[in-house]
Amino acid sequence: MSARKIFQEASEEYVLPGNSACQGCGSTLALRWVLKALGNKTVIVNPASCGCVYVGLYPRTALSVPYIQMAFAAGPAAASGIVGGLDVQGKKDITVVCWAGDGGTADIGVSSLSGSAERNTNYIYFCYDNEAYMNTGTQRSGSTPAGAWTTTTPLGKKESKKDMAFIMAAHRIPYVATSCSSYPIDLYEKTKKAKLIGGMRYIHILVPCPPGWRFDTGLTVKIGRLAVESGMWLLYEVKNGIFYLSPPSRRILESPEKRVPVKEYIKAQGRFRGIDEREIDLLQEMIDKKLEKAAKLDGEPLFF
Amino acid sequence: METLILTGNHAVAYAVKIARASFISCYPITPQTGIVEKLSEFILNGELKAVFVPVESEHSAMAACIGASLTGVRTFTATCSHGLAYMHEMLHWASATRLPIVMAVVNRTIGPPWNIWAEHGDSISQRDTGWIQLYTSNHQEAFDTIIQAYRIAEDPDVFLPIMVCFEGFVISHTAQPVTIPNQEDVDAFIPHEPWRHIIVDVDNPITHGNLQMPEDWFYEFRYLMHRAMEAAKEKIIRCSIEFEKIFGRNHGHLIEEYKCDDADVILLSMGSIADQAKVAVDVLREEGYKAGALKLRAFRPFPEEELRRVAKRTKCITVIDRNLSPGKGGALGSELKAALYGFKEMPMVMECIAGLGGRDVTLEEEISLLKQSFRMIEEGEEPSGIKWLGLK
Ligand SMILES: Cc1ncc(C[n+]2csc(CCOP(=O)(O)OP(=O)(O)O)c2C)c(N)n1
Ligand code: SF4
Ligand SMILES: [Mg+2]
Repeated sequence: MSARKIFQEASEEYVLPGNSACQGCGSTLALRWVLKALGNKTVIVNPASCGCVYVGLYPRTALSVPYIQMAFAAGPAAASGIVGGLDVQGKKDITVVCWAGDGGTADIGVSSLSGSAERNTNYIYFCYDNEAYMNTGTQRSGSTPAGAWTTTTPLGKKESKKDMAFIMAAHRIPYVATSCSSYPIDLYEKTKKAKLIGGMRYIHILVPCPPGWRFDTGLTVKIGRLAVESGMWLLYEVKNGIFYLSPPSRRILESPEKRVPVKEYIKAQGRFRGIDEREIDLLQEMIDKKLEKAAKLDGEPLFF
Repeated sequence: METLILTGNHAVAYAVKIARASFISCYPITPQTGIVEKLSEFILNGELKAVFVPVESEHSAMAACIGASLTGVRTFTATCSHGLAYMHEMLHWASATRLPIVMAVVNRTIGPPWNIWAEHGDSISQRDTGWIQLYTSNHQEAFDTIIQAYRIAEDPDVFLPIMVCFEGFVISHTAQPVTIPNQEDVDAFIPHEPWRHIIVDVDNPITHGNLQMPEDWFYEFRYLMHRAMEAAKEKIIRCSIEFEKIFGRNHGHLIEEYKCDDADVILLSMGSIADQAKVAVDVLREEGYKAGALKLRAFRPFPEEELRRVAKRTKCITVIDRNLSPGKGGALGSELKAALYGFKEMPMVMECIAGLGGRDVTLEEEISLLKQSFRMIEEGEEPSGIKWLGLK
């Protein structure tokens, strides 16, 4: 779909002005496009995260769809309950969504999420990944990348990022995708597609976060683009077990001149200031290998 | 109407079926598992039209019930012991969202060491979560109380979740005749009207649970929960009275008195111990002692006034607690004393712990405890600390 057509089709706003997100928040940007794709017959469950704050303080709300805040570990189970409750009443035209942070997804909520996926619960789970616990002031999560500073990894995280999208794909659910708040068309189209599929759907969105990643609030879109253009973050779908690269990521594979060195992504953010040149070279090597593999995997089954 | 020989667990499953709960989510734990197994069977053979979500933990079971209840359907879950402890966070969530969820708690000890037997410590640990707690003493009472629980929980003046508690094995795995009422009578007693106070509705979107500042309304919300608990007292009493009119059975209101009118010593307890206490009282009465038994049905809301009313007439209340708060004692004993303190003409209170970890509490022990209490009041002795029944 062309950008023009999407902008015409998706003129309705569901994330209203006056929310309390930080300036330049990638997460609210992503939520805005997700809701444009889903429309008003949507119910959102949101476990503890920035999402509980940026919708606004009681008694105000910046959302025009039902938004149920939930205990940190309980998003997917509460969504399962809503799905069941609507189901038993024959209400079939409502999309149930869980909108959770990376900590709620990869750490404390992973058991509940995995359970709901194994049951192939009829809802869409979105993980907005700002790569740390931002609500509580930037502590490491299982989704924080190696090398990143957080308040609990003052010298940079030693361990690598947990690959939640692959973990979810290993549940053999009908649809898994990754996206990024800097690619609204990609996110919009994937969400639209997911809406039409039944069963468990999982979309993992990288969302740059100015205060947590330490960059200027005007650079949110640019940082997300650098993540994808460097190959640090890969956009793809896993539809019925088959892996497909998405156009922005395929583009850097097909036209290497469109690829940027990962150094540009790293150097643009304060959280990576502890990484030295040798480590950047190693990271570049890893990404080169990852892209090579991804190209081979394109159109192939992800698992046996 | 029919009478079936049922285990306590199956009696509860029958009650949930006849109450037409339409969303059930559960996680297995001994000795509760029989309830969900039976309910799954009812759903599978079409006797109960409900969605069953076999979640991966009790935390999720309660979260799922919360989600379903938010859509306005009648929900049920059951657990105990470690499962109930694991649910703790979501218990607060359910009550503060004011959802009329009904849960059976098949009281079991919390380890370590692992112990699957009866104790009230699991539900007592959840005392402050904002759940109504009703303790039942036998199979028929457990069955009837599940039905009553839906009526009380869904009352707009209450809107609080309810735990219906009964002891593992002692009730869950033994069988007794249980009278199953007619479906039409139950339908009329608990008509299901979806609640509107908190609901997922795409045509009337709300955000629920957003952050509040200290100067906002959180404090008032908690005050309203307390008020709802207070209101629930009257509702529980009225529900028992109405229930008796239609179904012909009454298991007591907030408390149940047995030969308390002229009693000098009253044995206060909850659950199966309270049923056995009636037998002990009969034995003592035959020997000429003026003994009485008092069963506490509602631990939350706590029936302070009712207890004071009975207490005024007697010389000693001996309390048996099948739970322990190490460093303090039993919950019922402590709360009874708090309820009596500062009022005139209050009796002596003797506190006892018994039956922890499923240790049998025998009729002989109850009889000898009552006799000790009589000796104490005769000799004008004061109670010295907690008595431990059957301690090796
Ligand atoms: C059981 C529990 N533990 C801890 C917290 C505190 N807490 C609230 S939000 C949060 C971090 C959320 O991180 P993430 O899921 O990544 O979302 P983000 O804040 O980054 O949007 C934590 C630790 C909580 N609310 N509940
Ligand atoms: S901390 Fe980051 S994710 Fe959270 S509201 Fe601010 S910008 Fe958005
Ligand atoms: Mg996060």
